[in-house]
Amino acid sequence: MKFAVKKGWSNGRARSGVLQLGSCPFPIQTPALLLTTRKGLPPFTSPDLLTSSLPSPDSHLLQFSPLHFLEGISPKTISNIGGLHQMLSLHQHIFAAVPRDSIIALPEHDSTNKYGASFQTPGGRLLIKPAEYVELVSSMKPDFWVTLADEVPAWVSNKRNRTSVDRTLRWLDDCLSLNKESTTIFGSIVGGSSIEERHRCAQEVAQRNVSGYWIGGFGLGESMDERAALLTAVTDNLPEDMPRHVSGLGLPEEVLQGVAAGIDLFDSTYVYHLTLGGFALTFPLERNKGENADYQLSDSGGDGMKINLKATVYRKDTSPIVESCICFTCQNHTKAYLNHLFNVHEMLAQTLLEIHNTHHYLGFFCSIRKAIEEGKFEQFRRNFVESRRDRLFAAASSA
Amino acid sequence: MAWFSACSIPAVPLFLQVLGRFNRARAAQLTLPHYLCQTPLFMPVGTQGTIKGLTKNQLEEIGCQIILGNTYHLALRPTSELIDELGGLHKFMNWPRALLTDSGGFQMVSLLHLADITEKGVTFQSPVDGKPMLLTPEESIQIQNRIGADIIMALDDVVRTTITGPRIEEAMYRTLRWIDRCIAAHKRPNEQNLFGIVQGGLDPVLRDICVRGLVERNLPGYAIGGLAGGEDKDSFWRVVAQCTAALPEDKPRYVMGVGYPLDIVVCSALGADMYDCVYPTRTARFGTALVPEGVLKLKHQAMANDIRPIDPMCECMVCKNYTRAYIHCLVTKDAMGSQLLSYHNLYYMMKLSRDLHSSIVEGRFPEFVCKFLQTMFPKGDVPEWVCNAMEVAGIDISSCCHEMKV
Repeated sequence: MKFAVKKGWSNGRARSGVLQLGSCPFPIQTPALLLTTRKGLPPFTSPDLLTSSLPSPDSHLLQFSPLHFLEGISPKTISNIGGLHQMLSLHQHIFAAVPRDSIIALPEHDSTNKYGASFQTPGGRLLIKPAEYVELVSSMKPDFWVTLADEVPAWVSNKRNRTSVDRTLRWLDDCLSLNKESTTIFGSIVGGSSIEERHRCAQEVAQRNVSGYWIGGFGLGESMDERAALLTAVTDNLPEDMPRHVSGLGLPEEVLQGVAAGIDLFDSTYVYHLTLGGFALTFPLERNKGENADYQLSDSGGDGMKINLKATVYRKDTSPIVESCICFTCQNHTKAYLNHLFNVHEMLAQTLLEIHNTHHYLGFFCSIRKAIEEGKFEQFRRNFVESRRDRLFAAASSA
Repeated sequence: MAWFSACSIPAVPLFLQVLGRFNRARAAQLTLPHYLCQTPLFMPVGTQGTIKGLTKNQLEEIGCQIILGNTYHLALRPTSELIDELGGLHKFMNWPRALLTDSGGFQMVSLLHLADITEKGVTFQSPVDGKPMLLTPEESIQIQNRIGADIIMALDDVVRTTITGPRIEEAMYRTLRWIDRCIAAHKRPNEQNLFGIVQGGLDPVLRDICVRGLVERNLPGYAIGGLAGGEDKDSFWRVVAQCTAALPEDKPRYVMGVGYPLDIVVCSALGADMYDCVYPTRTARFGTALVPEGVLKLKHQAMANDIRPIDPMCECMVCKNYTRAYIHCLVTKDAMGSQLLSYHNLYYMMKLSRDLHSSIVEGRFPEFVCKFLQTMFPKGDVPEWVCNAMEVAGIDISSCCHEMKV
C-alpha cells in the first residue's frame, strides 16, 4: 500500500491525499468514502451495476465485516475459492475488513470480555477472539484490515473505558504477531469520550508497525459537539503521512467534522438508511448559494438535503431526482416511477435509489477534495452548514 | 431523459414472418410497434411495472423482448389513468422494447375473495375499500388502452381445468360473446394488438368451437388459455396440440402461464410461439436456480462448499463470476441473493428462447430437442406425456428414451 499526503494543500488539519492499494489499478484520492456492503456486495446494487453505473475509481472502496460471513460460508471454502476478490469477482476493487458494521455487526461492549470482542449480528451474539479474527481475515485476503477492538460508547465508566484501551492495544499486538503473511494492517484506536485515553491509545498505536490507523468508538451515540476534540486528540498524535480511517461518521456534517480533524477514509451507513427510508439525496454539490431556494419543502417531506420519494407529491413528477445528476437512475427514470416502485414495495426501488444516493454522496466527497485543493475547505464547510440551516429554517417557516 | 421507440410504427401493428419450420414447430420474426421479436419466446412477468430488482439495462442484456404487465395490479397502483397521463407504460418504466398486458380477469378470480363472474363481467370486492366493483370487457380494454402495451388480452371467462361440468361450456361461449365486446371497446387497434383467448377446458369439442369462433374475428393473435392450472400433463399437451393445429399459420400462438422449460420445449415442438410465467423469478426468490439438468436448490447445505458456478455452461454474469457457495450464503438472507438468481433464471429462459429459435431456423431442431431431453433425463426416463407429444410433433426422441417402445 502506498499513501501520500499532497503537500502544500492542507487547510488546517484537513488534507488531500492519494492511496494506492494492490488490487485497484487506479489511485484513490482522499478524503474518500468506503461503500457499505453485505458479504462484500452493496445491499441493493448488484455487482454488474456497481461497476457499470457508479464512478470509477471512487466507487472501488468497499467496507465489509468478516463476521457477516460466519453464517453460511466457511473460511476454508473462501480460501478454496481464492479469497474475497475472487469470490465476488471484483478484482479491481479495494476491500477493507472492519470487524464492526453498524448494521450487521454492532459492538456489544457489555458482553465483550478479556478473551474477545462481542458483536450483535443477525445470527445472534458472537464472541470473536483475535486468533479467530485473524484466521477469518487471512482466508479472505482483503486489501487492508483493521485489528480487533473493544469499542465502547461515550457513557461508560472511566474504568471500563481504560480497560477498552488496554484490551484494544493487547489485541492489536496479538493480531500483529498472528499475522503470518505480510498484509496491510490498520491499528485500532479507541478511548471513548476521554481525551486522555484517546491520547494514550493514539500514542501507543503510533508506535506499532502498522500501515494506517482506524479510529473506533464513534457513531455509537455520542454527540457531535464532544466529538471534535476527541478526534483531534487522536489525529494530533498520529504521523502525518499515514492514512486515518474512521467508522460511524455518516451525515455530511459529520464527514466535514472528520475531514477537519485530518481523517482520510470514512465508512458509514448513511446511504443505506436513506435508501431504506425512500430518501433521495438532493443537496447541491456545486457551491452556488441560493440555487435551490425554491425547493418544494413543506409537502415533500424533505429538508433541502433530501426528498422522500414516497411522498404523494411525486406521483406524477416526470423529472429525475436531480436534474443535473448523471447517475443511471437520474438518466433513465423519473420520480413518478420511483414513487410507484416504493408504493408497491418493489426491490427495484432500493436498487435505483442506492445507485443515485451513492453517486451523489461520492460527488460530495469529490467536492470536499476540490475545496481542500483550492485551499477553501473551511469556507466550504461553513457554507454547507449554513445553507443547510437556511433551508431548514425556510422549511420550518413555510410549513 | 431519453425515450423513443425502437422502430417506427408499421402499417399494421403486428406482423409475423415465419423464418423456419420443423413439422409443426416454427421460428419466426414477430414485428410489434416497439420491438422486432424472435419466436419462440418467453415473456417474463413484470407484475407491477418492474421485474423483481432488475434494471431495464439488465433486462436488455439478458435478452428480454416482451415483458408482461399485470393490468389488475397496475390499475390499483399507480392506476391506468396516471400511466396514461404520463405517456403510457413504456414511458413510465422507460422500457424500450415490447409490452403485453393481461386482461386483469385472472388475477381477480385467483386473488380475490368473493370474486364472481356474470354475463356483465367479473364482480369483486375492491381490495382498497371493500366496495362491490365490476370489471367488464369494456373496462378491461379501456384500462389496457390507457396502459398502452403492444399486445392486450381480451377479458375471458377463465375456468380451472380441474373443474368439470356445464360451467366449462358456459365459460367458453361467454368468452366468445365477450371478445366482440372487447373488439368494440378497443380504441387503439392501430397501435395495440388485441389477442383472443381460446377457452373450453379439456374438452376438444368446446375448444374447437372456441378456436373457430375467434378465428372468424380475424384477430392479430391468439392465446391458449385455461391451462397451466394443475391439469395432468397428458391432457395439457393435447389441448395445445389441438389448438395449434387449428389456429392460423400467420398469427402468433401464445400459451398462457407456461412455464417450465420442458413444457416450453414441448409446446414449441407442437407449434406455439409465446409463453409467460412467474416461475423463473418466483423460484429464484426461494433460492432455486434453473439449470439444464432441471433445478439447483442453492439453499441446500451441500451448496455451502461447492465452488462451481451454478451452470458451468451458462454465459450469464452470475455464472461467470460467482460460485454456488457464495450464492448459498446470500439466498434467503440478503436481497442480493434473489436478485442474482432472478438474473440467472431469466437469462436461462431467454437463452432457451434463442436456442429454440435458432435451432429451428438452422434446421437442427430435433437434435436440439434430443440434447435437451438427454441432459434433463440422463437415465432416459423421459415422461410418457413428453414422448406422446413428441410423436405427434413428429420428432424422433427414441435416442433419449430407454423405455420407449420402438
